[in-house]
Amino acid sequence: MNTILTAIAFLILAPVIGVLVTGVDRIITARMQGRVGPPVLQPFLDIAKLFEKERVGVWQAPAVLIFLHLAFMVVTGLIFFGGGDLLLAIFALTLSEVFLVLAAYSTRSPYAHVGAGRELIQLIAVEPVIILTAVGFYEVTGSFAASDIMNFSGLPVILLPGIFISVVCILTFKLRKSPFDLSTSHHAHQELVKGVMTEFSGSTLGMVEIAHLYEIVILLGLVYLFFVGNPILGVLAIIIVYFLEMLADNSTSRVKWLPALRGAWIITLILGGGNIIALSLL
Amino acid sequence: MIDANLITVMYVDLYVELLLFLIMFPLIPALILTVLRNENLRGIVVTAGAGICALGSILLLALPVGQNQLFFTVPAPGIALVMLVLEILIAGYLVMVSVKAKQFLITGFVLLQLLLIGGAEWLGLEGHAKVPDLLTDEFSAIMAVIIGVIGGIICIYALGYMREYHEHHKDLPDKRPKFFAILFLFLSAMFGVVFSNNLIWMYFFWEVTTLCSYLLIRYPENGEAVTNAFRALLYNLIGGACFPIAILYILMNGGSEHLGIGSLIAAGPAIALVPACLIAIAGCAKSAQLPFSSWLVGAMVAPTPVSALLHSSTMVKAGVYAIARFAPVFDGQILGMVIALIGGVTFLVTSCIAISQSNAKKVLAYSTIANLGLIVACAGVGTPEALWAAIFLIIFHAISKSLLFLSVGTVEHRVGSRDIEDMTGLAASMPKVSLMMLIGIAGMFLAPFGMLISKWASIHAFSQALPPFGMILIVILAYGSAVTVFFWAKWMGKLLEVRKWEESIEFQISRAEWAALIPLTALTIIACFGIAPISTYLIEPFLVMTYGPISELIPASNLMIMLLMLALIVVLPVLMVKILIPRRNLRRYMGGVTVHDGLMEGSIGMKREISLSNLYLEDLFPEAGLSKYGSLITIVLFCVLLIGLISGGVL
Repeated sequence: MNTILTAIAFLILAPVIGVLVTGVDRIITARMQGRVGPPVLQPFLDIAKLFEKERVGVWQAPAVLIFLHLAFMVVTGLIFFGGGDLLLAIFALTLSEVFLVLAAYSTRSPYAHVGAGRELIQLIAVEPVIILTAVGFYEVTGSFAASDIMNFSGLPVILLPGIFISVVCILTFKLRKSPFDLSTSHHAHQELVKGVMTEFSGSTLGMVEIAHLYEIVILLGLVYLFFVGNPILGVLAIIIVYFLEMLADNSTSRVKWLPALRGAWIITLILGGGNIIALSLL
Repeated sequence: MIDANLITVMYVDLYVELLLFLIMFPLIPALILTVLRNENLRGIVVTAGAGICALGSILLLALPVGQNQLFFTVPAPGIALVMLVLEILIAGYLVMVSVKAKQFLITGFVLLQLLLIGGAEWLGLEGHAKVPDLLTDEFSAIMAVIIGVIGGIICIYALGYMREYHEHHKDLPDKRPKFFAILFLFLSAMFGVVFSNNLIWMYFFWEVTTLCSYLLIRYPENGEAVTNAFRALLYNLIGGACFPIAILYILMNGGSEHLGIGSLIAAGPAIALVPACLIAIAGCAKSAQLPFSSWLVGAMVAPTPVSALLHSSTMVKAGVYAIARFAPVFDGQILGMVIALIGGVTFLVTSCIAISQSNAKKVLAYSTIANLGLIVACAGVGTPEALWAAIFLIIFHAISKSLLFLSVGTVEHRVGSRDIEDMTGLAASMPKVSLMMLIGIAGMFLAPFGMLISKWASIHAFSQALPPFGMILIVILAYGSAVTVFFWAKWMGKLLEVRKWEESIEFQISRAEWAALIPLTALTIIACFGIAPISTYLIEPFLVMTYGPISELIPASNLMIMLLMLALIVVLPVLMVKILIPRRNLRRYMGGVTVHDGLMEGSIGMKREISLSNLYLEDLFPEAGLSKYGSLITIVLFCVLLIGLISGGVL
């Protein structure tokens, strides 16, 4: 019963937490750049504004696909926070991502097309680590069920240091931070306009933003799992990891997709793959 | 209450007749088709023949087997001699064609095999008669349905396709009577492979499938087709040579009663491991694992129905069937893990190669090899859960792949190209076919569709397999699975990338083609929604019979979630489309210099059409380099396997 409550809490609270996280992110980012920055609730105001805009588009398909993107991001979170099978949650996350990519393709915009290709590159750069993470948790706790992992009393990070570093690395991709914001950029008028999102506007873009809020919470939940035995340490880890991501975002410029993919794969293969293989031999 | 076993006993006569019927019946249409020149009559014979095969196989699946494996001895004493004579005739034919084409390596292997099987027959003259000839259980019934239903659908599809094929290729001699006859011969041989208990029988049907694939690949009769047909023949003969060695091994170790698959597996790894590994090598060649894989890619020169047949319901499925059959023998064995690694490496390498391909049929070919690799990996691991995943992979791969091949073939005839780049915006010009393609592709890699459930189960199974091999397989699977997302998703994207609305060109598609595409699409959807009953009523009883009591394979709650996800994908768009639909349609954004949709003005006033192409990453995933290294690794693994077999003091 407890897990169902967590799932409902996720459904309602995740956008709130997501807005707060991105709001604080924007203020700190601004401070790092010597600006004052917007109010904390600015991300919420931005999204609310999007839903008041006129509904325009190139044709019907993108909006429907984006809706599926959002729906499956929520499903991912419900499985994850509802204590379901971690692998199942991962596959739902992939499905959600694929809908975003398909939506970008279906807008028939050249910018979105290039963005979609890069989004897929990012997807294959991070996908292996996420699967390895689930398997790592299985090795430590003996179960793929998120509920069993959440009830684990130790600190999985002690046995999974390689996996943890890999996850921190790929979070930069997933949070769409530079140097790995290949398919969408925080800053408009760059080479790709806004990559996959070029042709989304109004409520469609709003749904993309909401999906991203859910995604942030899911990813931070994943970071928390590494410290599950000690909640204080877990929250602290989330704050530190997120701060590191912001730091990276503001001190690096975007890399090309090839080194990004190569780098992600090599690091995660050695650290992540090495970690679970070594652990299985222990 | 009536005991299920009692019912089974009551049906025994029906069973043996049905099995023999399925093996023998396709020969009747095959014979009729050889002499039939009239196209309409051919249509009737093919449709009726395919329909009867399909119904027969469904009847077999519907009969209650319970948790039994049934064995039958065919009451025909001369049959072993007939088979030997036929084997000699086939060998004679192959020697003839290979000498004529100066393919002396093939001649050598044909003669070697003849020598080996001759020796086996001579050794086993008094022995193998005791072994039941045929067997059936849920697994072979599933295989029979794949052969009968999907194979049958492909035969019907071929009617329309081959007519168009000869309209497009006026220069080729019309050998359709022979073509359709071989298709049915192929089905017969496949039924033989999956129903054989006696390994000598199985070997006979095995060789017939090799012969059929050779003849079908050769069909276009141009230089490339002949070369590729010979390559397919050579590789399958190399692998096939291991089969009679396995039989000889069993006979020489005095266990002629172990010539039956049932008793061989029951005898346990101590006796069965060597022959099982040898047959697995033959299976790897037949299911195109590295380094043998190039024959299946080369087979693409044949007409599309042949590719569909080879990839989904015949040939390659015989290979993985044989390996999966022996899965219990590999459970917990290092040699089993070596076989699993061969499959795993094949999965990873060929998935990577598929990224760099824009030819749709080549993408399908490489992804087939990759999926077979995953099946081999599961079968090599050999635990109940792994075998569960392997059988599901076989089912979903057969359905989705045949659907994809046939829709690509249909598109190819309309668009005039099999290049994925030329499928841009197919959602507009061929909405129904592209929807079918999307369903097929989704079935191949997306959650919660078919194949993904098998991947989910594979990861679960590998995580419990012999360390550190299980984890190595998981790392391979993690990277390989990411790569498959890439090439499938970009293909789906191409289909959806509608540039401008065009007239539908679907009205030209023949009835025979629709008659194949629609049921296959329906089957894909039914199989996705039917995971639970397929698992409960078909696969689990087989696993219980093979392994004894097993723990829960897929928790009901997970199954519920998957079904809900499936329902969401179907229902959500329908519910939401009215609300989400844009009120006003705009042109796409092109940076301010759009002349009209799709036309852009350049810096010196030149107007250019926009053209977009997908990423193929040839530098990162070069076909030649990857095949070379993949082959190298798998050759080393095969050597390890052979050394393991020999150093066990047993060969």
